[in-house]
Order: sequence, then C-alpha cells, then structure tokens
Amino acid sequence: MRQTASHFDYSTWITRLGIFFIGLFVFLIAVNFGAVDIQSADWLHLFSQQNGYEGASYVLWTIRIPRVLLAITVGAALGIAGALAQSLFRNPLADPGLLGVSAGASCSVAIGIVMLDGFRFIPTEELRVWAIPFFAFLGAIAVCFCLDYVARVVSPGSIAGLLLTGIALNAFAGAVIGLCTYLANDEQLRSFTFWTLGSLASARWLMVGVLIGALVIGWAWIRTLLQDLNALTLGENIANHLGVDVLRLRTKVIVLVATLSGLAVAWCGMIGFIGLMAPNLVRICLGSDQKRVIPYSAGVGAILLVIADTIARTIAIPAELPVSIFTALLGGPLFLILLRQYRSRLN
Amino acid sequence: MSDLCHTGRRRALCTIAAIPAAWFGKPTWAARTQSISSRQRLICIGSAVTEIVYALEANDLIVGVDTTSIYPDAARSLPSIGYSRTLSAEGVLSLSPSQILCTEDAGPPVVLQQIQDAGIQIRRLPAHHTFTGVCDRVIAIGQSIHQQTRADQLKLQLQQQWARIEDAMKAKPFPNTTPRVLYIHSMNPSQVMVSGQETNANAMIRYAGLRNAMDGFRGYKPLTPEAVIVANPDLILVTDQGLQAIGGRSQLAHLPGMERTKAILSQKVISMDAVYLLGFGPRMPEAVITLHRQARALFG
Repeated sequence: MRQTASHFDYSTWITRLGIFFIGLFVFLIAVNFGAVDIQSADWLHLFSQQNGYEGASYVLWTIRIPRVLLAITVGAALGIAGALAQSLFRNPLADPGLLGVSAGASCSVAIGIVMLDGFRFIPTEELRVWAIPFFAFLGAIAVCFCLDYVARVVSPGSIAGLLLTGIALNAFAGAVIGLCTYLANDEQLRSFTFWTLGSLASARWLMVGVLIGALVIGWAWIRTLLQDLNALTLGENIANHLGVDVLRLRTKVIVLVATLSGLAVAWCGMIGFIGLMAPNLVRICLGSDQKRVIPYSAGVGAILLVIADTIARTIAIPAELPVSIFTALLGGPLFLILLRQYRSRLN
Repeated sequence: MSDLCHTGRRRALCTIAAIPAAWFGKPTWAARTQSISSRQRLICIGSAVTEIVYALEANDLIVGVDTTSIYPDAARSLPSIGYSRTLSAEGVLSLSPSQILCTEDAGPPVVLQQIQDAGIQIRRLPAHHTFTGVCDRVIAIGQSIHQQTRADQLKLQLQQQWARIEDAMKAKPFPNTTPRVLYIHSMNPSQVMVSGQETNANAMIRYAGLRNAMDGFRGYKPLTPEAVIVANPDLILVTDQGLQAIGGRSQLAHLPGMERTKAILSQKVISMDAVYLLGFGPRMPEAVITLHRQARALFG
C-alpha cells in the first residue's frame, strides 16, 4: 500500500499546487470584495502602517482579513473533522454532528441564553462577548466525551454502538433545546435561532490564531494516525488483526473531532455541509486514501467556506445573509455533479 | 500567434483590463468619511427609533435603517442594513455613519463592539412597554442628535394627546364588564402563539382599557387548544401580517380550539398593523385610541 519515498509523484504535486492556487485566488477575491471599497492606496497603507489604520485599511485589517482567515481556518477544521468522523464511522454520510458536537454546543448555548438569561450575570460587555463561544465549546467537548463514555458502557468496543448512542444523545439534546425554546422569551428565542444559523461576522485575530494553532497541532497528531485510519477502512476486525488498537484510535479521533469542530462551532455557530461535503468531494476526485482525504478535505473545506462567506456578505450589501444558506447552495449541486461523474466513470 | 494581435481580441483584453481600473477609481472610504463629517449620519435600528427620528424631522440625517423600519413609507427606500440581530460590521461601516441609534435587540454583540472599536458612537435605547418609555426615548434620541427643543415639543405634544385619550376613555367606559382579549402573536394550523403578561401586546391591551384573557405566564407562548377553550376570550386581537399569513379572517375559526370561543361565535376580531400596534413609537397613543375605539364599536 505504501508508496516508496524515492518516487516523485507528479500528480500529487499537481493536486497540491492546484488546491493552493485555487485557495490563493479565492482568498484574493474574498479580501478585495465587501461592503467597503478597498483601493490600492489602502493596501499600501496597510503594509506601510505609518500612523495606525484608518478608513478602509482599518476595515481591511480589523474586520475583513480576519474574517476571511477565519473562514479558511474554520473551513479547514470542519473539513478535517468531517473526514475524521467519516473514517471513524466508515460511512460517507457521517459528520461531526454524529459525535454530538453541534448538539452539545447548541444545547449549552440554549441553556446559556435562556436559563442564564443571556449571561447577564457577567459584569462587563467585553467579557460577555466571549461567554457564548466558551459555553458552546465546553458543551461540544462535554457531549463528545459523554457520548464516548456512554457508548463504552452500553455497547463496549463497537463503533456501530457509538453511532447509535450518538443518535440517542442527539435526541436527548434536541429535547433540552426544545424545552429551552419553549421557556425562552421572544428576544432569547431570536438570539438562539440566529446563533444556530451560523456566521463568521465575529471574526477576530485572536480566533484566527487559536484555530491556526489547533490546526497545526491537530495535523501533527493526525499524521501519526493516518496509517491506522487507513487500516480501519477495511473494517474494525481486520484493523484489529493488523495490530491497530481500535479503541485507542477511536478515543484519539474523538478528541480531535471534538476540539476542531468544537472551536469552529463555538465561534461561528452551526455551519452545515462543509464537514460532510469536503471529504466526499475529495474522495470522489482522488480516491479514499486517508493520507490524501484528510489534508485535502481541509483545503477544499477552506475554499468552499471562503466562497460561501464571500457571497453571504456581499450579495445584500450593506446587510448580510446567513452563511449556511450558501454552503448548502454551493455544496449540494457540486456534490451531485461529481457524484454523477463518479458513477459514470465506474460504469 | 498572429491571432493574439487580432483587434477584436485586443479590444476584449482592454475591456477586461479596464474593469479593475474603473474599480480602483472610486473615492475611498476614508475620503468619503471626511467630506461628510460636518453633518451627522445616522443609522436607525428598530421601527420605533426610525419613527421618532422622522417625527423629529431629522430624517435627512438617516443613511440606513434595519428591516423592521417600514414606517413611514419613505424609510423603506433607505439602504437596509438587514435584520437588527444579524448586523454586519462592514455593511454598517460602509454607510460611514457618525452615530447608530438602536434598541436593545441590535446585535450580535461582537459586531456592535467591532463598530464601536471603529470609533462610531452607538446609542442603545432600553426596551420598555410604557407610555413614559416612549417619551424617554424621544428625549434620549433628541439629545443624541442635538434636537432637544424639537424633542421637548414632541414630548409635550405626545403628553397632551395622551391626556386627551385617557380622558376620552374614562368618560365612556365599557358598558358591562371589561372585554377579555386574546392576542394571537403567530399562528399555524396546528398551534397558536399568544401573549401572556409583560409583553408589548399586553401593555397595549391594558392601555386601551381591555383585559388580557391570558394570565399566569410571561411572554409569548404556544397555547394548547384546551387552554384556548378555557380562556374563552370575548375578543381576538391579531396583526394584519398574522392574518395574511393564515389566509384571512375566515381561517381564524379553524385554528385549534378557537371555533367555540365567544369571540369567534360573535365575530369579534380586531386586526391592526403589527408595527403600528406593537411598535411603541410616536404613534403609540394613536394606536391605543384606535384599538379602544374598535373595541367599543364591537361592544357598544
């Protein structure tokens, strides 16, 4: 299975460069378009940085560039998390949601907004801004680990059991969310609804930094797991016979998925389809070797999310639309076209 | 190779090259901000806020409104910054406002902070469901846009109008018992959402001299059909928008539990424009008396 190191693989490099240049192109487009007009002078001002930023270069530096970078990192995190979840469940329809990430995050956000009255007990506005992301992240992580623990007790050692436990726990979280929605007043209800729609509007440099850190550490760790994940594609039993400790692998994958998509959900709310779509697109185009699927899913996820977000924030200037609308609009048809090509290639 | 020098193609290339050039030629954001800094540029978020600014005759200062600002009609033609809870920092900044007047609904908080960090003043006006709250808002907005005298006049006007309305309502109370009103906030064939205590609808019902048929809970809640029958309201209050959504007055009777209520049996339904009825803007006293008059017409 393993390719010899001495062999220089042209097609791999072409794919890598292709994704890189498409990404760069999309990035440049995204950074150049927005509600505020950006001139070449503003770019110069941005790089010369004489006396602080003002006007358009202020917008560029504090709002637009962090937002596009956040879209890239969140898209990459969601793509990786989706690819990991799909390889863990050995099911192309799996996404981080099956591990309870989105259910946990939205459940704790609903509790925070409704039961804790929108975190009014936090004294300053500056701190309150961080309350929802923090709560969402905690919820995502907590539900993931809770799921892993319950699954171990209920159906030890079976990944199918993990999937079914996930469905049960998702239903339970749905009930809690339903209760909170019922108890919510108008204002809380709307805040919650708009949180679930997902948006990259809250982008800040700090978030971008944290996500880049998480992606770098995450990728370094994932590299050591790729071989085992490839073995797992053959089935749990075969992987076990090949010497893979499936239980430990499962825990590691859960930690990775929970952290990566937990961070994404925490800052941007629910952004659907990227986690599902990106790995599938890669698999259709490049085959299902995890060594390719996982890193390229990051790239494809990033590109898809940047495109979707750019449309979302420019189509109704000066207003903006929820980004999930466009991830679905973009991902759906693309996915169908590729699926059709893939099928006809098989025939 | 000679194809490249073909004039048609060259012209096409020139056109393509001209697009970014034209785009770079627009005036910069900074320049625009400077040239208009002498005059205030307001963004109004919330229908009541917009209406008050219009009532203060300061509407030429408005450069943008949110989607709920639909009255007066002229406000609809202003640039829309979208729904008040999903503002976009860049979108708001692109209108180069000098000040933002908003209700507490405006958000998300991070975006508001980004806007504030960009040096734009944000004036948040607290939520309220009272007449004094309307007056307070008028004064607060008057102060922020330096129109104190106009605001004082408007407040006085509103207070006089309010006193007249209160007198008129006291002079002719409802003949028998106070009618009990069920306000239906939103409805679909399987569920109705009604107003309990502490809502703007509840406040309007009480100001108009009526009683809310729903007691014992706060906010807007979905109601079971049985509770509708138990509540047995004398009058049903809905918004024009709500009626339109279910397809007209005739559909009200088909809502769960509604068929046997006194209100439906005796055809006592009042429908008013949502922003007019619940907006708590400068038209609030007028809306109170309209509601009262319509109810009196039905109950003699």
